[in-house]
Amino acid sequence: MSLAEQRSIDRTQMKVSDEIAIQITNMNKWYGEFHVLRDINLTVHRGERIVIAGPSGSGKSTMIRCINRLEEHQQGKIIVDGTELSSDLKNVDKIRSEVGMCFQHFNLFPHLTILENCTLAPMWVRKTPKKEAEEIAMHFLEKVKIPEQAGKYPGQLSGGQQQRVAIARSLCMKPRIMLFDEPTSALDPEMIKEVLDTMIELAEEGMTMLCVTHEMGFARQVANRVIFMDQGQIVEQNEPEEFFNNPKSERTKLFLSQILGH
Amino acid sequence: MSDIRTQDIAFVREEILDQQPPPRSQLGVAKWLRENLFSNWFNGLLTIVSIVVLFMVLSSVLPWVFGGVWDAGSLAECRDILNERFGNTHYACWAVITERWQQLIFGFYPETEYWRAIVAFVLMLVAIMPVLFDNLPRKLLWVTIAFPFLMVWLVWGGTIWGPLSVAVGFVIGGIAFSIIDRRYSSIIALIAAVLITIVWWLFIGPSVVEGLNALIPLGELKRVESRELGGFMICLIIGISGIALSLPIGIVLALGRQSDLFIVKMICVGFIEFIRGVPLITLLFTASLILNYFLPPNTTFDLTLRVIIMVTLFASAYMAEVIRGGLAALPKGQYEAADALGLDYWKAQRLVIMPQALKISIPGIVNTFIGLFKDTTLVMFIGIFDMLALSNAIRANSEWNGIYWELFVFIGLIFWVCCFAMSQYSQWLERKLRTDHR
Repeated sequence: MSLAEQRSIDRTQMKVSDEIAIQITNMNKWYGEFHVLRDINLTVHRGERIVIAGPSGSGKSTMIRCINRLEEHQQGKIIVDGTELSSDLKNVDKIRSEVGMCFQHFNLFPHLTILENCTLAPMWVRKTPKKEAEEIAMHFLEKVKIPEQAGKYPGQLSGGQQQRVAIARSLCMKPRIMLFDEPTSALDPEMIKEVLDTMIELAEEGMTMLCVTHEMGFARQVANRVIFMDQGQIVEQNEPEEFFNNPKSERTKLFLSQILGH
Repeated sequence: MSDIRTQDIAFVREEILDQQPPPRSQLGVAKWLRENLFSNWFNGLLTIVSIVVLFMVLSSVLPWVFGGVWDAGSLAECRDILNERFGNTHYACWAVITERWQQLIFGFYPETEYWRAIVAFVLMLVAIMPVLFDNLPRKLLWVTIAFPFLMVWLVWGGTIWGPLSVAVGFVIGGIAFSIIDRRYSSIIALIAAVLITIVWWLFIGPSVVEGLNALIPLGELKRVESRELGGFMICLIIGISGIALSLPIGIVLALGRQSDLFIVKMICVGFIEFIRGVPLITLLFTASLILNYFLPPNTTFDLTLRVIIMVTLFASAYMAEVIRGGLAALPKGQYEAADALGLDYWKAQRLVIMPQALKISIPGIVNTFIGLFKDTTLVMFIGIFDMLALSNAIRANSEWNGIYWELFVFIGLIFWVCCFAMSQYSQWLERKLRTDHR
């Protein structure tokens, strides 16, 4: 990966504070009989950029989807921004409005224009007046560099553009934490960069980010921690330098050799 | 060796070719004829046979239609005229329509009060427009809201107080809901609001109406009984009410069927499966006969209202399944994205899920609407004089005894116009709502 050559990344802005953003303790989850997440413990500080890697079916997506309760955990505790996730719907909706999420398949609302996609949640969840919501939306659409597409529908945009709109849509809610679930996996190679650039910019502004991805170049440059998961467990976590150059566990070594080998 | 190969393969285009017109056989009428009618000898043969058949059918139908008599007092008179004119009676006798069309449209509605039905019909058109076309001024929706009450007042007569009291019941229920909703949960508010509304309708409203009727009989119109309604008018009343009510009820049932709450789900599944498993005519007989046994003695529960309720329930069960199909077609990601943005269940349904699910379901929804509208002819079996029952009544008269085709063609044409309009509107709406690949 040669991202660093194309774009110098300002790591000085990416400060990690002592404040805890997410705390997961002894979390377990089952799908029926199948134990998908086993004893997950994870503390995320404000400003951290965490990349989660691992083979498919290792539970990495499920784990970050538990953080905004798209999936329900059955045991253990998840505290997001000081609020514990429970079955109380008010808590869940509060956390969801504070935590942004981007999906592999973008999940833009195809019946709404780009601008309406971005103003929907601020207007209906935050009760922002329409005009103000549109200003916020245009601000973030400019930030992801597609303000000129505001009047179009998602179906008229390329994959990379759609994913950038999805990021802008999340940002319009002014989230304190962003979750990315394989944001570049469904994209054509030439579009991956534009999405990663947007994510790097976010990191530079100090956003707390959890990102499930196979983009190891991104992990190396932006992440301050890489987590490797296998069979529903966190197998290894370390700073990117150490993680890539000096992996400790056999499974990590095997995984890295498979994805970096060619 | 390799040099030769490179020379063979290497190629650079230096000028861009101008556009050329396609060959003449690929243009215009010639192309269309060739492709659609005479693409090979068998298709050519089929085309010729079809033309012959078409000619034979039209050559007997068209004279029947256009050579018909429009002005005669009875079938016998009609035949005399035809015999005089053509020497035979192989022509239509449209005179029955010119003489009896008012009856087919209005049933036995008193002739002096026809204007009320016409005003109600025009109001209906005005009320429907803002629902169908969203570029009309939104203020017209007030007509839509007021229309059901105005329609009841106009068609059935009496003072304005009766329908107004029903409307007040809705307003009271709405206010009660918003007050209680702020203090307690929405479910308690909903139950309380429904109870309060029912109490108003059954106990408080009627006495208030009586008092007001005695004091100030505002806008008193001659009363018309339900059994005097008929013809196309009753079809429209039942059909439009059924269409307007079955869509929201169908949506609620479809959502209920997908609910995580076991009891809600079971009630919805039970209701849908029961209604779909029973013929409509059975439900209509229930409405006309059996329902009376269950009601307290001396209550008058209008027959038209009972039929509307049954037709609505019947259509909403089908509607629920059509909408469930639309819901199932939505990718799971849409629900997740709505959830992840912090929209609660009802907002997600209203803003994200339903607009898309309903759009997908438009063909099925309109199908159900058209079916419902045509099923209104079934009410003739429970003694309501719809157009078909009236055609029997007209034939029962000695003047028109023996006339079939003309009446059925006329009735069929009316239904066809309505249903074709619905179909055209739905296709226009689908094109308008298409947001992908533009």
